[in-house]
Amino acid sequence: MTADTLSLEKLPSKLQVNDLNFYYGGYHALKNVSMSIPEKCVTAFIGPSGCGKSTLLRTFNRMFELYPEQRAEGQIMMNGENLLTTTMDVGLLRAQIGMVFQKPTPFPMSIYDNIAFGIKLFENLNRTEMEDRVEWALTKAALWNEVKDKLKQSGNGLSGGQQQRLCIARAIAIKPQVLLMDEPCSALDPISTGYIEELITELKKDYTVVIVTHNMQHAARASDFTAYMYLGELIEFGKTDDIFVQPKKKQTEDYITGRFG
Amino acid sequence: MNTATLPNSETRKPVESKTTTIPPAPHARDGSALADTLFTNLTRLAAFVVFSLLAAIFVSLVLGSSKSIMRFGPAFLWTSEWDPVKEQFGALVPIFGTLVTAAIAMVIAVPVSFGIAMFLTELSPKWLKRPLGTAIELLAAIPSIIYGMWGLFVFAPLFSTYVQPLMIKTLGAIPGLGLLFAGAPMGIGMFTAGLILSIMVIPFITAVMRDVFDLVPPMLKESAYGLGGTTWEVMYRVVLPYTKVGVVGGVMLGLGRALGETMAVTFVIGNAYQLSPSLFAPGNSIASALANEFTEARGELHSSALIELGLILFLITSIVLAISKFLLSRLSRDEGARS
Repeated sequence: MTADTLSLEKLPSKLQVNDLNFYYGGYHALKNVSMSIPEKCVTAFIGPSGCGKSTLLRTFNRMFELYPEQRAEGQIMMNGENLLTTTMDVGLLRAQIGMVFQKPTPFPMSIYDNIAFGIKLFENLNRTEMEDRVEWALTKAALWNEVKDKLKQSGNGLSGGQQQRLCIARAIAIKPQVLLMDEPCSALDPISTGYIEELITELKKDYTVVIVTHNMQHAARASDFTAYMYLGELIEFGKTDDIFVQPKKKQTEDYITGRFG
Repeated sequence: MNTATLPNSETRKPVESKTTTIPPAPHARDGSALADTLFTNLTRLAAFVVFSLLAAIFVSLVLGSSKSIMRFGPAFLWTSEWDPVKEQFGALVPIFGTLVTAAIAMVIAVPVSFGIAMFLTELSPKWLKRPLGTAIELLAAIPSIIYGMWGLFVFAPLFSTYVQPLMIKTLGAIPGLGLLFAGAPMGIGMFTAGLILSIMVIPFITAVMRDVFDLVPPMLKESAYGLGGTTWEVMYRVVLPYTKVGVVGGVMLGLGRALGETMAVTFVIGNAYQLSPSLFAPGNSIASALANEFTEARGELHSSALIELGLILFLITSIVLAISKFLLSRLSRDEGARS
């Protein structure tokens, strides 16, 4: 599938957001956001700082629940269940929706254990199965060749770009359905960014990828669909080509062309 | 003029105004070299005072205990007899008591402190964090003699009436392990001393653990939660390894206090020179032996033996410190070498 043949309405939806409102204590951070995130595509959220794009991302895996003063209202449907009210164990839910953060966050353990950590939480693999899975995840994250000889070394010894790929490998090792990426390249150099972008394109074959980014070129290159958000509202959502070439709204155009910041 | 050669000022302002607006380049001030040398040597002096104090304390302990060392030799360490009348002295009972009470204290205090710190950083509602944290810190402010009095007059009677009989009946019935919990429920003894010690060291260990847990980047915790980890899995498998240096430091702080604590232990340990496998039996610790006997020591040999006890305590704490350093280096090796 290429983006040209895609149309948002026809694609099967992976995450269906309906009238989502989000509050940081008294602050209303997301206002009636509704959108349908298509399966096995890359969807990018763009917008100025504080527009709520990361907030939106963090509602998908209920990460906000770690902070008692934050709450979400509305619906996020995945596989016919509302993620916000489901009785499903939140750990299990998060295992299905992986997340990669702004900065690499390797755990203070070996490279191997970094990958095995998440797998051990939900699966009981024997030694060979585990080794195969670790290799699979690292290969998938385009890191295997660089680390295969030092799996027992600390994840902290890797370069920033390698660490971020380690975090991606760690996230996909548990075979999630959705992969959330919160500005995954913001702390990386251009070469590492290039790697990760390629990787994202590769990953969408198997996963629904949602990515928050500040980098417009990054969104244009790497995503199939783009959502522009401003002050907690979803302004425009559509095919990336349309958003960047002929946005329907003046506001979106101003932001993309850099007339507004 | 050195100001005229400054880059990037040339393009903006005419040369005339430059000489007036740009401050002169820094130059060495009069006497600054002397002040530097003076300051360096002052800090060096401060650092070496610590060393010389340490050495002086060690030397005076060795000198003070020389009579006892000459008389009893290394056998002092494994002789259990302590008889000031016959002038026979052996340190086994106080050494045993010190180690056992400190071990009991750590076995109880470390998991409890971890639990408290985990609750305070991860689970507690915000409004409860501060009062609870302060309350635990206040525990550390209670003078140890208060703990001792409370332990002797309140805790020990309650313990001997309600808890000890139960433990003797249940744990004491287990073959092997039962030996540790045999004997009469007297209330005072090594187990009680260990319990009181654990209460005393909990605030220290908890405070350190809470502070280092608070320093863990939220993103690291979120990464672990994001993989589906529970609070326990995140704390035990990610936060604890991340903060291990601080945590081991806190535990060592607590252990150091437990080994050297005097007043509280003196009140509840029983002060008896007897060796018993039962934790309920009265015993003695180095610190409480010193506190009890030093003023009453008559013979020179008695004083000397007591000073040797002090020397042993000093060595024990040094060994504990060395072990903790060794442990830390092992831990970081297990985590994998950093390239």
